[in-house]
Amino acid sequence: MEKLGVKRSMLLRIIPGITSLTDRGLAGWLIILGAAIVASIIVMTLLSPWISPYDPSTKGINVGAPLTPPNSQFPFGTNDLGQDMMSRVISGGGIMLQVALLSVTICLIVGVPLGLFSSYMGGVLDRAICLVMDSVYAFPGLILAIAIAAMLGRGVTNMALSIAVVYIPSYFRVIRSQVLSIKEMPYVEAAQSIGAKSRTILFNYILPNVVPSIVVVATVNFADAILTAAGLTFIGLGVEVDIPDWGWDLTNGRRLLPSGVWWVITFPGIFIILLALGFTLMGEGLSELLNPKLGE
Amino acid sequence: MQKQLLTVEDLTVEYWTRRGKVRAVDNVSFSLGKAETMGVVGESGSGKSTLGLSLIRLVPPPGRIVKGHVWLEGKDLLKLREEEMRNVRGRKIAFIFQDPMTSLNPVKKVGAHFVELIRTHEPKIGDEEALKRAEKLLKDVGIQPERINDYPHQLSGGMRQRVMIALAIALNPYIVVADEPTTALDVIVQAKILDLLKDVQNAYAMSLILITHDLSIALERCDKILVMYAGQIVERAHIKDIYKNPQHPYTQGLLKSIPNIELAEQKLEAIPGSPPDLLNLPKGCRFWPRCSSAMEKCRKTEPQLIETEPNHFVCCFLYGDDKE
Amino acid sequence: MSQTEIVRVENLKKYFPVEKSFLEKLITRTRSFVRAVDDVTFSVRKGEVFTLAGESGCGKTTTGKLILRLIPPTSGKVFFKNQEITTLEPEELRLLRRKMQIIFQDPYASFNPRMKIGDAVGHPLEIHGLATGEEKRKRVLAMLERVGLTPPEKFVELYPHQLSGGQRQRAAMARSLILDPEFIVADEPVSMIDVSLRTTMIDLMLDLKRELQLTYLFITHDLAVAKYISDRIAIMYLGKIVEMGEKEEIFSNPLHPYTQALLSAIPVPNPERRRKAIELKGEVPSAVKIPTGCRFHPRCPFAEKICKEKEPELIATASGHFVSCHLIGSK
Repeated sequence: MEKLGVKRSMLLRIIPGITSLTDRGLAGWLIILGAAIVASIIVMTLLSPWISPYDPSTKGINVGAPLTPPNSQFPFGTNDLGQDMMSRVISGGGIMLQVALLSVTICLIVGVPLGLFSSYMGGVLDRAICLVMDSVYAFPGLILAIAIAAMLGRGVTNMALSIAVVYIPSYFRVIRSQVLSIKEMPYVEAAQSIGAKSRTILFNYILPNVVPSIVVVATVNFADAILTAAGLTFIGLGVEVDIPDWGWDLTNGRRLLPSGVWWVITFPGIFIILLALGFTLMGEGLSELLNPKLGE
Repeated sequence: MQKQLLTVEDLTVEYWTRRGKVRAVDNVSFSLGKAETMGVVGESGSGKSTLGLSLIRLVPPPGRIVKGHVWLEGKDLLKLREEEMRNVRGRKIAFIFQDPMTSLNPVKKVGAHFVELIRTHEPKIGDEEALKRAEKLLKDVGIQPERINDYPHQLSGGMRQRVMIALAIALNPYIVVADEPTTALDVIVQAKILDLLKDVQNAYAMSLILITHDLSIALERCDKILVMYAGQIVERAHIKDIYKNPQHPYTQGLLKSIPNIELAEQKLEAIPGSPPDLLNLPKGCRFWPRCSSAMEKCRKTEPQLIETEPNHFVCCFLYGDDKE
Repeated sequence: MSQTEIVRVENLKKYFPVEKSFLEKLITRTRSFVRAVDDVTFSVRKGEVFTLAGESGCGKTTTGKLILRLIPPTSGKVFFKNQEITTLEPEELRLLRRKMQIIFQDPYASFNPRMKIGDAVGHPLEIHGLATGEEKRKRVLAMLERVGLTPPEKFVELYPHQLSGGQRQRAAMARSLILDPEFIVADEPVSMIDVSLRTTMIDLMLDLKRELQLTYLFITHDLAVAKYISDRIAIMYLGKIVEMGEKEEIFSNPLHPYTQALLSAIPVPNPERRRKAIELKGEVPSAVKIPTGCRFHPRCPFAEKICKEKEPELIATASGHFVSCHLIGSK
C-alpha cells in the first residue's frame, strides 16, 4: 500500500501542473484529454446510485417493455429483462474499474520491488527471475489470463490476480532496462563514493528516475486490464449476474444480436472502448512527454 | 588584392524554438583565400558549429538561415536550388564532422562509402574505378588500402577520422570545413591528423576552415582566425596579429587562461562569469558582464566590427574614433 | 611508509575478463583479459597534487577508482595512512569514504537529475549520520558559498539541469568536501567545461587544497593542464607507469620516448613555435593483446632487440625521477 501512497502523491503533484501541460504541445493535450475521459467515467460510476434514472440491478426488471429500441424514455433501449440500458451503462463501469485498479496495485507492489532488486543485485538469482519473467511474458496474455481465471474462479479479486500475473513481466522488463542503464551512470557511482548503502541508492537514486517509465506502463496496464476484464466476463469468468457490468452486457448483447437487437451490446461496448482509450491516450501523452525531454 | 575564394557577408542563422528565437550566428562576415587556413574559435554557444553547417546549408531545423550571402565562384550559395546545392556539397565544399564514431555508416564497408560518394557526383564512373580511387585516397591518408573491405567498427577512432578526411578530399573540393575534427581523439593522434590535413592541403591546394574550441590548435595551425562569442565575431585577424596584439578583452582573456607547456612559470588568469544564455542576452555588448574594461556605453549599445590595423578587425568600444 | 605519504599503491592490477560468445568459449580454451591496470606502484605525499597522465585507455581512471575501491582490484594493495584498505569490510569501507572522495569528469551525469542540489550536497551528511535538519542545511549553505555558488540559498533549491557545467562541477566539489575528506581523486574534472571557465575551476581546487589541507590525485589526458596544477606526475601507457617524477623534471627532461612524443604533440598557443611532433608508428594497441617485452616497443623509434623480449622495470635515475626503459637504465 506504500507504493499506492507514493503514486497518489505524484498524482497530486501533477494536478496543479495541468496548465503547464498545455504548454507541452500535443503530448500535453493527449494527457489532458485522456485524463478527462477517465475522470468523467469514474465520476459517473461513483455517482451512479444518484444519477441513474432506473434501478439497474435485478430489482429494476421490467421498468419498461423488454427489448425496446432506444427512444425518448429509454435513450439506450431496454434489454431482455426489461431493464433500462442507460442505467446499466451508467452503473456498469464499477467492476471494470475495480479490477483494473486492483491489478495495477498488485503489479506495483510485486513487480516494482522485484524489478528493482533483481536488476540491481544481478547474479544467479537475477538470471533465474529473468527466466521466469520471460517465460510468462512469452505466453499470449489473454489466454494466460483466461487459464488463471478459470483456475481461481469468479470474482473481482481473482480477475485482478489473473491480469496482474500476466502483466508483472512487462513492469519487470521496463524497470530492468531502466535500472541497468541507470546503474552505469556516474551519479550512481557518486552515491557509492559517498558511502551510500545499496538500499539507499535504490530508493533515492534509482527509483525516482525509473518512476516515469513505471507510470507509462501502469497506464497501458489500466487500458489492457479493462479490455481483459471485459473479455473474461464475456466468456463467463467474470462476476455474478446481479451486479450491473458492461462485460456481462456484452455477453448478453451478443446473444441477442442475431435477432436484430443491436443496442444492448453497442452502448456498453462504446463505453468500454472509451475507458480503455482514455488510459491509452494518457499513456501515449506521458510517453511522449517523458522521452523527448531527454532529447531536448 | 588577390581575389578571395569564399566571401561571406552578414550571415545570420536563427533557431526558432518553443522558448523563443535564438540567434546562433549574428551577422558574420569574412573571406577565405585559396589554400588558406582559417580558424573559427569559440566556446559552447558561440555559434561556430552552426556557422560551419550554414556554409553548406545543412543547419538542422528549427534552425534557418535568415540573412546573408555566401559567395563562391560568383554565385550566392544561399540562393541556389537544392539540386544545385547538392552539387556544391562534397564537390566544392566538403565537411568533416566532429564525431567519427557516428559519422560513418556502420553497416557499410569503408569502400562502399567512397563508391557511393564518387558515383553520386560522377555517375559515369563504375564501381571498380571508384574503388581504385578509394584505395589511392586511403593511401594518401596513411591507411593500408586493404582496409577498404573493413567495416567502421573495425577501425580505431583515429583511423575513422582519416577515412572521413579521405572522403572529404575524394572529389578534390576547393574548401574543407572541419568541425572539431580532433576533439574526440588523443593528443598524439590529434597531431597526426592535423599534420595530415596540412599535407593534404598542400598537395591539393585546398582551403581549410578549422572550427575548434582549442585556441592552441588554431594558433599553431591556422593562417588567420575568427574569434566568436555568443554568435558574433569579436575579433578577426591574421594569426601573428592575434598573438602579438590581441585586442578584444575576450581574446586577451582566452590567451591568458590557456596553459602553455613551453612557459616555465605560468600564472593563469580566469575570465569571470560564464558564457551567456542565448535566450537571455545582455543588452549592449554581449561580453560586458565578464569584461574588466566594460564602460557605461558597453551596457547600452552594441559595438560594430571595425578595422584597427590592416586586416585586423575588432568589435569593441575600446577601439575606434568614438572611444572614451 | 614515510610520514608524509598519505596513499600508497603497491603492485596494483585490474584485469577485466573479455566477454566471449558461446561458440568462442567452446573453441578457445583460454580466457582473455583487458589488462587495464598492470602492476602499478606509486605513493602520494600529503598536501601534494599527484597527476596520473596519459591517453585514453592507459588505465589512469581505473587506477583512481581502484584506490577508492569503487571497483575491486584483481591483485595488489592500497594503503591509506599506513592502513591497508584493500581488504576492508564493507562497514569499515563506509567509514573510509569520509576520508577519500572523488570528483567525476562529466558534470552532467554525476548528479541525480531528480535531486535538488542542496539535497545532493547534503546527502553524505545524512548517510553518515553527521547532521540532519537545520544543522545539515547550515553546512550545505556554507559549503556552497565556499565553492562560489552564491547566493547559496538560491542554488540549494535548483535541480542539476538548471545549472551550467561549471556550476555543476563546483557543486560536485561541494558534495565531496562536505564530509571533510583528506584525499580527493579528481578524474578529468575540467575536460568537459568550457575553456574560459577551466582556470576558475582549477584555481578553486588549488585554493581549497591550501585552505582545507587536501591531497589530490589528479587524472588527466591534458598535459598542459597537468603542468599547471601538478607537483609530481606519472605518465601511464597501456596500464603501466612509464615515467614518474617532479613536474619540472618531467617537462624539462623527459626521458621515456613515449613521454617525449606525448609532449611534442601538445599544441602550443604560439604561432612562431610550430614544431613537428615526434612521429610514432601505428596506434595504441588493444589492452587485450599487449605487446611482448616493453609494451611500447612496436611504436618506439629507438626500439632494440631487448625491448621486444624483456619488460623493463621502473627504476630511479635522478632523485625522484623514475623511468621504465631499457635504453635509459644503462646510464
